[in-house]
Amino acid sequence: MTIEANDPALSIVGKPASLRPVLEWTARRAEPIVIGLTAIIIGLAIFSLFILAVGKSPATLFQLMYTGGFASWFSVQNSLSRAAPLLLTALCVALPARLGLVIIGGEGAVVLGGVTAAAMAMPLAGTAPVFLTLVLMAMAAMVVGGIWIGLAGFLRHYRGVNETISSLLLSYIAIALMNQFVEGLLRDPASLNKPSTRPLPAEYMLGNIPGMDVHWGLVIGILACMVSWIVIEATSYGFAARIAGGNVRAAQIQGLPVGKLIAGFTALAGSFAGLAGMIEVAAVQGSANASLAAGYGYTGILVAFLARHNPLAIIPVAILLGGIDASGGLIQRRMGLPDATVLVLQGTLFIVILFCETFYGRFKIFNPDLWKRSL
Amino acid sequence: MEETGIGIWGVPLAIFAGAIRVSTPFIFVSLGETITERSGRINLGLEGTLVFGAMTAYAMAVMTGSPTLGVLVAMMAGAIFGLIHGWVCKFPKVNDIAIGIAMMQFGLGMAFFLGKSFIQPVAPKLPSIALGSWSTMPQVQAALNINVLFFIGAALALFLFWAFKNTRIGLILRVVGDSTDAARAMGIDPDRVRLLATAAGGSLAAIGGAYLSLYYPGSWNEGISSGQGLMAVALVIFARWNPIGCFLAALLFGGAGALGPALQSVGVTQGYYLFYAAPYVLTLIILIATSSPTRSLAGAPGALSLTK
Repeated sequence: MTIEANDPALSIVGKPASLRPVLEWTARRAEPIVIGLTAIIIGLAIFSLFILAVGKSPATLFQLMYTGGFASWFSVQNSLSRAAPLLLTALCVALPARLGLVIIGGEGAVVLGGVTAAAMAMPLAGTAPVFLTLVLMAMAAMVVGGIWIGLAGFLRHYRGVNETISSLLLSYIAIALMNQFVEGLLRDPASLNKPSTRPLPAEYMLGNIPGMDVHWGLVIGILACMVSWIVIEATSYGFAARIAGGNVRAAQIQGLPVGKLIAGFTALAGSFAGLAGMIEVAAVQGSANASLAAGYGYTGILVAFLARHNPLAIIPVAILLGGIDASGGLIQRRMGLPDATVLVLQGTLFIVILFCETFYGRFKIFNPDLWKRSL
Repeated sequence: MEETGIGIWGVPLAIFAGAIRVSTPFIFVSLGETITERSGRINLGLEGTLVFGAMTAYAMAVMTGSPTLGVLVAMMAGAIFGLIHGWVCKFPKVNDIAIGIAMMQFGLGMAFFLGKSFIQPVAPKLPSIALGSWSTMPQVQAALNINVLFFIGAALALFLFWAFKNTRIGLILRVVGDSTDAARAMGIDPDRVRLLATAAGGSLAAIGGAYLSLYYPGSWNEGISSGQGLMAVALVIFARWNPIGCFLAALLFGGAGALGPALQSVGVTQGYYLFYAAPYVLTLIILIATSSPTRSLAGAPGALSLTK
């Protein structure tokens, strides 16, 4: 099959039968990419106007952002390290979103996961083997995180409680619980100014990927994204979840266990956020303390929405945002702009991208079913 | 802490004083959110609006020397934030809850960005009324030193309660909130009503922020809000979309927040941090108790995406 560039067969009206499936496939997949990229460009343009308005050069800023985030091996590693927790907290939003739920309390699961992991490590570290300790820490964190977010899903289905609000409330309760544990029961007497749990011995830390200055959390996060993608795209549970997300009534009439699906998916989502907390303790902080509530849960919401709740798309988006985050310091030093510049950029992009949701399905060119009627 | 001549009575007094001091931002944000939600839209971005309001009010007060002008400019800034939210959300397929989170991030970013240079200077404070001047005890005097915004908030709650029931604007707002179709049938443009309601909500939330930076704690820094804006959303549900309920719930939230420090001052230190969770636990319990999978929350506007 050879097609000339100026072949009239390329025009959609006079399509040869063999070409049509290719065009349809391209058109359907082009929609999120074209709309998404356009949204990012508009967002960057608005942000550039803001930077111009405060008397700085957007070109310099974007160049620094590239330098700080991706230009050298050092900066790439930095970006990847920052992306690791975002992968997991974004999954905490993306998985329930497939069922039509908006969960915004991932921060609570991160915090509780971290405290649980630290509490688990206390009796184990120093006595039990390293690998076993880390596995038990991760499992405990995942169970607690899963219960926490799963509770929001459970309440949604069986009590009709709005999951956005309940997860938000649970997140505040979790932060209060963490403060109570870290200041009280689990406090290391040696931590004076910054109350923390007892630090994990160095040999019990998660460590770096060989040959890189990036901890294993990145690999765990990417694996979690892949597993989630398989669950959604290739299992009957994922299929049922997508149906329930489209129309709950229809799913119930078909006899799908909607309640169990909701509880299961939110619990899985929460366990990923809990795991992010464990990684933060075992790979970065070395103990549980107030730094656990660093806002990963909230940035994860942004990542999930940017990725349109697709677990595989979360990987590049999280790395991109990790890079933007990593370049914040450089922008601050070189251009004299506040560190909140990154936050303004994220907020602008977030609004524009959500706004552009309205354009999905508006353009006939992306919908092969409408080609005949329009032409 | 010294407890001269007042002893154990210091606890209820401290809670009372704390409730009044801490509740004021809650009153304004929750009243603003009530107006917005009554029109059938939810704005989770009020946290960003609140912090941006705190920053603009403080910056204006530093530059002009007038805290009142600061509050007014903050209100305008808050209304602009509300207008952005309201305009973006009128398009189909745009999720108002997600836009709220985005606006929150944008508002926080803008506030921290533009407010960086105002962390050092000292702004004049908002005036307060000394109702406790009859007492010789300094604790009582301090407890009864109440900011004017608290009284304005209380009056506003009463006014809104009356206005929702008895004015044409209140009726329009309720119709739009209960059914978009019914509103259209009446010849009302629901998008415009929601746009204005979100703007009004934003400007009230900004007053809450102005109170934080210009009165209590009375300085501008990046940690000025500890989630008051987000909590207001839960508080409105707690108060069943009733303005007087908002006022009372705000007092309760404020009092619960003051309970921990008050008990600590008389030597009770167990579970100090858990007291901070008290309002959230209470709201969650009430939500669970009053929700049902088959019907929407009692008193909730029918078109609100939160309760569908």
